Parts: sequence; C-alpha cells; structure tokens
Amino acid sequence: MSERRVPLPVTDLSLVVLVGATGSGKSTFARRHFKPTEVVSSDFCRGLVSDDENDQSASADAFDVLHHIVGKRLAAGRLTVVDATNVQSEDRAQLVRLAREHDVPPMAIVLDVPEQVCAERNATRPDRADMPRHVIARHQRELRRSLRSLEREGFRRVHVLRGVEEVAAAEVTLERRFNDLRHLTGPFDIIGDVHGCRAELAELLDRLGYELCHDAAGRPVGAAHPLGRTAVFVGDLVDRGPDSPGVLRLVMGMVAAGNALCVTGNHEDKLGRHLRGRQVKPGHGLAETIAQLAGVTEEEPEFPDRAREFIGSLVSHYVLDGGALVVCHAGLPEKYHGRTSGRVRSFAMYGDTTGETDEYGLPVRYPWAEEYRGRAAVVYGHTPVPRATWLNNTICLDTACVFGGKLTALRWPERELVEVPAQRVWYEPVRPLAGQAPGGHDGRPLDLGDVHGRRVIETARHGRVAVREQNAAAALEVMSRFAVDPRLLPYLPPTMAPCATSRRDGYLEHPQDAFAAYRADGVGRVVCEEKHMGSRAVALVCRDAETARKRFGTGGEQTGALYTRTGRPFFTDPGMTERVLDRLRDSVGGAGLWGELGTDWLLLDAELLPWSLKASGLLRQQYAAVGAASRAVLPAALAALRQALENGADVAELLARQGERAADAVAFTDAYRRHCWPTEGLDGVRLAPFQLLAVEGRSLATLPHDEQLALIDRLVAHDPSGLLAATRRLVVDTEDETSVADGIRWWLELTAEGGEGMVVKPLQACVRGPKGLVQPGVKCRGREYLRIVYGPEYTRPDNLARLRARSLGHKRSLALREYALGLEALDRLAAGEPLWRVHEAVFAVLALESEPVDPRL
Amino acid sequence: MSTTGSAKSPATDLGFLLHKHPARAQAFATAHGTAHVFYPEASERRCTAALLLEVDPVTLARRAKGKGRGGSPDVALADYVNDRPYAATSLLAVALGNVFSTALKGICRTMPRRAAEPLPLRVEIPVLPAKGGAALVHALFEPLGWTVAAEPVALDERFPEWGDSRYVALTLEGRQRLSDALRHLYVLLPVLDDAKHYWIAPDEVDKLLRAGDGWLAGHPEQKLITSRYLARRRSLTRQATERLELARLAAVDDSADEEIDNAVDETADTEERPVPLAVRRREAIVAALRAAGAHRVLDLGCGQGQLVGELLKDAAFTEIVGVDVSVRALAVAARRLRLDRMTERQADRVRLLQGSLTYTDSRLKGYDGAVLSEVVEHLDPPRLPALEYAVFGAARPATVIVTTPNAEYNVRWETLPDGRVRHPDHRFEWTREEFRRWADQVGERYGYRVEFGAVGEDDPEVGPPTQSAVFSRTESTAKGASA
Repeated sequence: MSERRVPLPVTDLSLVVLVGATGSGKSTFARRHFKPTEVVSSDFCRGLVSDDENDQSASADAFDVLHHIVGKRLAAGRLTVVDATNVQSEDRAQLVRLAREHDVPPMAIVLDVPEQVCAERNATRPDRADMPRHVIARHQRELRRSLRSLEREGFRRVHVLRGVEEVAAAEVTLERRFNDLRHLTGPFDIIGDVHGCRAELAELLDRLGYELCHDAAGRPVGAAHPLGRTAVFVGDLVDRGPDSPGVLRLVMGMVAAGNALCVTGNHEDKLGRHLRGRQVKPGHGLAETIAQLAGVTEEEPEFPDRAREFIGSLVSHYVLDGGALVVCHAGLPEKYHGRTSGRVRSFAMYGDTTGETDEYGLPVRYPWAEEYRGRAAVVYGHTPVPRATWLNNTICLDTACVFGGKLTALRWPERELVEVPAQRVWYEPVRPLAGQAPGGHDGRPLDLGDVHGRRVIETARHGRVAVREQNAAAALEVMSRFAVDPRLLPYLPPTMAPCATSRRDGYLEHPQDAFAAYRADGVGRVVCEEKHMGSRAVALVCRDAETARKRFGTGGEQTGALYTRTGRPFFTDPGMTERVLDRLRDSVGGAGLWGELGTDWLLLDAELLPWSLKASGLLRQQYAAVGAASRAVLPAALAALRQALENGADVAELLARQGERAADAVAFTDAYRRHCWPTEGLDGVRLAPFQLLAVEGRSLATLPHDEQLALIDRLVAHDPSGLLAATRRLVVDTEDETSVADGIRWWLELTAEGGEGMVVKPLQACVRGPKGLVQPGVKCRGREYLRIVYGPEYTRPDNLARLRARSLGHKRSLALREYALGLEALDRLAAGEPLWRVHEAVFAVLALESEPVDPRL
Repeated sequence: MSTTGSAKSPATDLGFLLHKHPARAQAFATAHGTAHVFYPEASERRCTAALLLEVDPVTLARRAKGKGRGGSPDVALADYVNDRPYAATSLLAVALGNVFSTALKGICRTMPRRAAEPLPLRVEIPVLPAKGGAALVHALFEPLGWTVAAEPVALDERFPEWGDSRYVALTLEGRQRLSDALRHLYVLLPVLDDAKHYWIAPDEVDKLLRAGDGWLAGHPEQKLITSRYLARRRSLTRQATERLELARLAAVDDSADEEIDNAVDETADTEERPVPLAVRRREAIVAALRAAGAHRVLDLGCGQGQLVGELLKDAAFTEIVGVDVSVRALAVAARRLRLDRMTERQADRVRLLQGSLTYTDSRLKGYDGAVLSEVVEHLDPPRLPALEYAVFGAARPATVIVTTPNAEYNVRWETLPDGRVRHPDHRFEWTREEFRRWADQVGERYGYRVEFGAVGEDDPEVGPPTQSAVFSRTESTAKGASA
C-alpha cells in the first residue's frame, strides 16, 4: 500500500453517495473514512427487513428504510454516507432528490476498481461466493455509463477514484460550509438595507464607534472598530439611493480587511447579473446604480470588475456566534439554517412569497417569521418597516432609509438598536410602508404546537421538565377559555410544599422541621415571612397604556393585568383591575422605583385579601356550609344526649365526644371567619406584595429576600391609599439554637392571633445544594388554620396520627419543577425572548398544576 | 323520631317496633362510622328515639381516594372539610336502612298490629341538605301525608349577606305507619341532598322499587325522585374519567369545579330533547356549506358533536373535522357519534381534535369550509382578535360560517330576565349592528366577502333569535399578513 495520501474534500454537511460495483470495497472505504453511524448501507437495511443481507427480493423495502434513515439524518443536519452500488442513474436520482429535499449538497465518490479485483474479493466472502460473474460485469458497464453524467444528475462534487491504488491513497477531509461561521463570536454590528445611502452609512458606522479610512480622493474605503467588532451587512447595499458605488467601495474595503461580513441581497444578485453581461430589467432603482457606476468607471476603470467579483463571492446567509445568530437578507426558517441549495439561497434573498403580486405589482410575502420557532436569532432586512421590532426571535432591520426612514444597526449580543435618520427621501416608495412590522398586528400569534400534547421544556436551573398530554389538555382549556391575554401573562406562581410533617403532639406542621430541613441542606440563613391568607395574585403593572402596547403588544387602554394562580383575571370588571394598578403605579412612582430599576413596567407576586373576596363561592358552598351544618346539628345532638343521660341511658362517653366535636366546630368556624370580611369596591381590599419578579431586561426572582423585602417595604410606605399591606418577617439562623427558638416563638405568636402561618425561604432566594435545586420555600401553617384544610376535627389525637401518614414527595418534586419553570419564564421574559418561549414555560406551570397531588399539601 | 301514646297503647311501643330497647343506648358499626341509637325520653305518653351517625371524617376522605398517587375519583368527598359528618345525607339513609332494617320492612313479631297501623309520629332532622330548598321539601313530603315545617339554616350569622345555606331544619308530623315513615326518609334524604357523590350498588333500582313500594308510584314528584335517586350513576363514572385535571385546576384557584368545568351543558341542548332553534341552526349551516360547495369542513367549537353528526349524514362532506377545547365535550361527542363502532369508510370521514381557537393550528389549514356556530360569544372580547387571526388569517378556509345569538331578540324570551345573557358562559351577546360591524371589519382585514343571514323567525322589530354571516374568501393570502 502506498504511503502517499491524496486529500478528498467532503463538505461537512452533505449526502455522500458511494458508487461502485459489488466487491469494489465501498464498505471498507466507508468504514475507514467515516463514523459507523454516518454510514447507511443497503445490505444492512436488507437485513433489517428480511433477515438476509443478500436477499435481492427485499431490495424495494430495504431502500425504503434506507431512504427513511437518510432523510431523518439529513433533517437533523448530519453528514450521511450511502453505501450501496448506486450504479444505476434511477437509484442515484432518488438520493439526489432526497438531498435536495433537505437542502444539502449531494456528492459522489466513485470506486472504479477492475472487475477482476471485485470478483476476487467476492469470492473470499462466503455469502457472496456464488454470485454470478455477470453481475459484476453488469455493474461495471453501468458504472462506466454513469461516469459521464454524474454532474449533470445534480452531484455538486464528483470524486472518481480509479483503481485500487487511488482508493487506498484517498484521505477524506471535512470542509466547513461557506455559511458556517459559528466559530466567529463577534461582537457584531448588523446593519440593515443601505440602498446606496453612503452618507447615512458613514454616520451610522461613526455612531457605532468605527473609524473610517479614506482613499486619496477622500472617499471612504474602509472602517475598523477599535474594540475589534465586526460589521455584518444584511445585503441590498445598492440601488435606489444616491451613491451605490460609494457604499460598495466602503463595504468591499471592510470585508477585504476582515472588518465586515456581508450576505447577498436580491439587489446585489441582480446587479451581479448585469455586471456579468446578462440582460436584466433596470427597474427598482437599478438604472440609477448603472448610471452611477458609469460615472465611477471613468476614474476607476477596474471598479465594475471588483464589484462583480465581490458580489459573486457573497453567500446567502451566515450562521454566527456558536449558532445563536443567523444573518441573511430576507429571512430564513430554521430548517434552512446552514443549508446550501438553490432554494435556500432564493429564500434568503427574496423571502417567502406566495407567487401573487399585490396592487402595486410587488410580490405578496408570506409571514414566515410568525411561524419561526427556532433557537437562533434571525436578523434580516428586505421588507421596509417603520421600526425594527423582535418577532419570535427574528428582527427586520430594513427601516427604509432610502425612502426617508432611518438606517438601523443591531448590536449583538447586546441586542441594542442604533439608528440614524435618513437625510432625505432619496427614492419615492412604490407602495406605502406597512403600518407595522410583520406580525406586529393583533397576531403575534401563538401556535398550538407551542403548547399541545406531551412536551419537554428545557430549563436553565432544573434541566428538562416534562408535561404530560392530559395535563397539557386541561391547561389548554383553562388557558383558552378563562385566562387573560397570554401577552400579559408572563408568569404563573409555582406551588409550594409544606415543611416535613411534625411528630409533636397536637401539631401536623411545626417550624422546627422547616429549620431542620434547611439546615440539612446547608442553608444557614432563612427568612420567615408571614403568610397572608387571601388569594394569590400576580400583578403586571405598566407605567401607562403606551408602555403596555409597546412592551407587551396589547391593544387598548389596559395598563397591565392582575391575575390568579391559573391566569384568570382577578376581577371580572376591568375597571377594578385598573384601579388596583393605578394605586400600585402611584406607589412605584412614589418610591422612585421606575428610575432606580430602569424600567417602565414591573411584575410582582402578591396575596390579595380577604380570602372571601375571590373564594366566596367556595366559602359558601363548602366552608361556611360545613360550619353552618355543624353548628346546627351538634347542639341538638347534645341536648338529646343530655336528656337521655338524665333518663339513665349509658351515653356519657358519647356525650363527651360530641361535646368535643361541638367545640371543634366552633373553632373551625372561627378559623375561616378570620379570613373573611366584607368589601365594597376596593374598600377593605388589601394587596400584600411579597416579591418583585421582573422588570425590563432583568429577572428579580433570584434577588436575596432581604433586598426584595426592602423594595417591597418602600412600595408599601409610598402607598397613600392603604391598599398595600406589609409582610412581617424574621431572619433565622438555622445553625443557632436561640435563633431557631425565636423563630418558633414568632410563629406561635403569629398563628395564635389567627394567622395562616409562615413561609420559610432561604435568604439567598435561589440556592443549589448537593442534590440540585433546594426548595425555594416551605410553608408552615398554623394549628388552627389547618382546620380549614384537614377538617374541624383533625386535631383529635387519633385523627392526627392517621393524617401524619401524608406523603410529601410528589408535592416537593412538583414545587421544584414549577419553580424552575417560573424562573425560566422570567429569564426568557427578561432576555426579550419571543412570546411563545415565555408562554411555553408559563403554560407548563399551569399544566403541572393539574397533576394529581394531595390538594391539602 | 318521637311518638305519643297512652296507657292503652304506650308510646314506648316504638322500641318494639324499631327493635331497639328504649332503656339502652346501642351502637352499630357502619361503613363510614358508628351509628348510635338512644332514647332521650321513653314514657307511656311520649317516646323519642334518636339515631346519631358518628361519621369518621378521615376514613371518609381516605375511602373516597382512588388508586394511584393522589388519585381521587371523587374530589369533593375526598375533602376533609365535608358536611357529611353533620348533615342528614345518603350516609344517614344507609345507616337508617341498616340499623332499622326489620322495622323498614314493617315486620314486628311482637306486635304486628301496631306495625300495620298508623302512629302519631314526629320526625326532627336538624340539618337536612335540600337542593331545591324548603319548597321542594314541602313538595316531597306533603303528598305523603306529612305536615312539614322546614326552616332554612343561615350560612353564617356573622355574614348575613351570604344568605341561607342549602340546609333546612326539618320537622315532620303526621300519622304514618312506622315502616312507611322510615322508607320515606330512606329514599327522600338522598334525593333532597342530590349529592353528586354517592356510591352506587348495582341493585340501586331494586332498592328504590322496594323502598318506594306503595307510595312512590302515585307521588306527583315521582319523576324527580327517580331521576335524582338514580342519576348519580352516570355522573360518577364521568367524573372518574374526564374531570380530574380540570377539577384540580379549579381547586388551585379556590374555585368550584363548575366554574371551570362547564363546557358540557347537561340540562339543555341534548340530542334527546332537541331545541328547535338548534335544529334550525344546523339546517341553515349545512345548507350554507352545501351552497358554498364545501367538501372538507371544520366544525370549530364542535361541542358535543351535534353538527358533526348532521354533516356525516350528507355524503357531500368528505372530510369533517370537529375541534373543541374541551376534552370532556369531545368525549361526549365521540360517544354520541359512536366513532368506535363506525365502519372504516365512515370513520375515515370524521376526526375530533382538541384544539384552541386562540392559537394558530397548522392542522386546520387548507379546508373548504369552517363553522363557528355559537362560539365567538364564549370568548372574552380581548381574546377575539386571536381567534380572528387563527381562523381567518392562518387557517383561511374558503368559506367561514359564523352564528351567534342576536341580543335584541332576548326581550322575546319570556323566561330570560332582563339584561341577562342566554347562557352563563356567554361573555357577550351582540346586537345585529354590533355583529355586522365586527364581521365587516374581519372581512376587510382578512380578505373575505360577508353576507348576513338569519336563523329562526325574523321578528320585524328585534330580528331573528340567531344571526349568521357567511364569509367567502376573496384573496388567497391575508392582507394583514403581507408587509
């Protein structure tokens, strides 16, 4: 064997079709150069469907399986090698079609080995030893015939290895695709459609911090950023505007110097065809460019050639920054990212068109971005919009500079927009600009595919969280029929587990167990917060209706939302909601939090009191009803028993027991009554905020609780209306016995006066222990309060003994999963991620809430 | 229960008739606790027997729990906060049947004559849950010869605004044979309670026939008694299979199940008792779909599948897809359409999908026709644009038929109080003018031509009871979607 190695370049995402007669060594070749999982062999597939790798009668089914596997691999973006003879053009045509369907280039490697060698090799294999010689001969004939036509069949690359020597010497080398610049991490400044507006471009580059350099004639020919940032142009540098050659000159200089990247726009494509001497219609501003080029050519005769070469070198799109960023001219769905095919190029340049034209003769565009669900941000231009807005992680930067709008750049990864206004209207638009960015109308639609069926949500803090189908189905019903607009529902509160069940006489829950558990988890300082007994309420407060419209995309005059644990509006009357939001706004303003937190909206978690305000239906149906029944029946029973006792019946024990029941019934009534009081409008209503969840650009859910409560205290202090209620708290050191005793005493006092109890949370909010996420809080409910949960008579020793058998495992796991999803929703909201991403996590919280878990926990 | 007597026929004979000695207090174990029988007074002149059922709340809740972790087929009974330990419900009726089984049958070997003749009886039940209130209590007991006093029990004297509870303090007086009195109570206590939660034995019908022998057949409220007594069977099975997730979500929000789980209306609009207007609506819709030449059609918000069933009868409709957000409604529809028993050819024509019209749904693209019949009014107005986009902007069927109540017509409904909507879940009802404005706007935005129609008698003053609109697509792409 020769030591000489001949490189055989293979694009890292392509369909490699091996072509060769039986016995030509394809399988050996594939094994040597590719990973076993990259190779799909027809023999193997034959074995799969028929238990016999050589059963030619199974070929049709075997190739079905082969094509299926190849299709799946290509869809997933994996290099795939087909190990089959592929000597017939029909067989290859199917593979070429498959490659095109998945927008990867097909390439052929032909193993042209003498018939004699093939025959000898087959002879050594017992399963092929009796293969007739004419089969090999036929393969060889077909192969020869094929060689001439391979490129015509659509193979983008054809390597023919002639003879055993060449096959042995070949060394496959993987080549990166042109569009794959994932290794470049920027930072980038992505610049929208320039259309010959050279002055605005220079001004924008200047504002972005680039230093321009000029040639002898004073024309800008390059620009570099002192911090090494890279400019990325989304294409359409030319046409319509006053100085297309000037823009080309500058961008070409930047690209050549490595300070910029540029993808092709449809206008470059057309100009390129013109420069190559093709006949193109000079419409849409091309005529102006041609005239300008003619002017330039007098001084720089080589300019058109340079421009032609530059345009010819432009690729359709780039995948950047580890795959997080895709830049192209007119947009690109996720399945085309990093792919290479004619239709990918055409989509990237023209977008998705329906084939129709509108009343202005312009193509009707399909709103691909509304359906975009990809992880990578897609930054593009092409469609003039009044302002750049994110939609489903895509953003169009064509803000119509040439039509008198502005030139826009996006800083990446900062996601900041930088704009300069057009100096004038350089070109009259053919059609009036769309009123809003694509999808910015009432849609911003969520798709059923975002939430329906069994789903797995990736969370940053707790890994993958699964939602089962039946739980998603229930959540869908509640979300669709009862919840507030999902745009105003960026969070749902997670459930919370109680502390471990107490063994103390008379108690089912006791703080001792909460402190001990956190201590065991290595959490030293915890905060005990008074638990308000009302109904959970989440408030989204915007500074004004304009903020709500701009930030959350809603219409109308609403300035936020106030909703329950399942996302239902707290008040049926929107006027009531607005009045609560008004008062909250006053407090936020008074406390100076808008400026301090740099936000125009905030999201907070609270308890709305009294309990009877929202739960009045349940109170009447269940709690008060049980109270009424018990208070009506037990005195009658006691009277009858006393009478019987006087008459000598042996009912003393029964009487005593019924007496205890009567006392329990009274205690039960007291327990629910404490949380009921009449309200009139907002009179009597109290809102007790206990956590600021998020503000613009920032999730506050992991802010330590002492800082949280300090902010809350300021809100309460600046509430002139008396709506807001403070939350009492005590910090306890779980390592310090005195402190723990203080905590227990505090709880006993709190619950003795009828309080629901308290929540114990790690002071540091989000804590990770050796076993992962630590419970973000546990509740510790008062002895009397628990009558509302476990019934009037739960405190009797034999009842308590049985109730202690409750199991907390599922509740604790559920609490952690929901907590992680809630954090995830807030993180996504803070990062400005698209609505569906936030909604996905919020919806999952609702779905998990329908999991079967003991409702008393 | 008391009776009065004299030296000749002493009241203490009650003890013989009940087979429980007046001088003793006795206890009997029952499935849910202990039943105690004792006599507060027992003299010649007056004898009172008391039955006290001591329900064990923990056992009660535990028993109601189903299999699996936290599984519970009966959410409300599983609750520890439960009126069963205090109120006279089916639990008491069952205890009564067990403890006094011989007396219930009218058997008394010692004094058969006394058992066969009416006694002056007085029955006191301090807490009787009565769905239908005191009026129904009167209507049930008075035809049987009882003098009835039924005093409502206040929910909470601290909160008078909450009003009365569903309990009454009941006193019955009358001359009745003891076994009749016991059998009245045995049947009517659970009927008045009308609890959704009652365990069902397979011989429930026989039990009713035995206990009702001699009085039920002639009772003016016989139908109500029979249906309430037996209806629980169905609702219990349904509860077990279809409502759990939703019930839990209701509980999370401190809401009653019915506030959320109300997609299936059990009282009206059923196939067995078709509301004529609903029939006419379906006829109008089918005719409109035929006129539009639609073959592949969507019934968006198909509910219990009445329209889907109607469409199946017409071979012109080759593919019928019913979509609803309520899993329970879809289950009812599947049962009603007998999907599992259809021939494959028939079954191929129809599909039922859970979906939501506030989300776009790629499964709904490319159909000829879609029906939104009595659907839009179930959506809060701020969510309507999402539905409009999902149907007219994204799914874009060639024809969309919308029907909705005409609010103006409500004055013609004598049973409908002023200013009320026709169904508790209607978030709004439009006048003809409002409907037209909405439909025109939608048509304009999404490229549909709109024609309006009426279902039901078109009243010259207030219009028809149901108004309709047929939207025909004029542009293949939504204007709102092009930029």
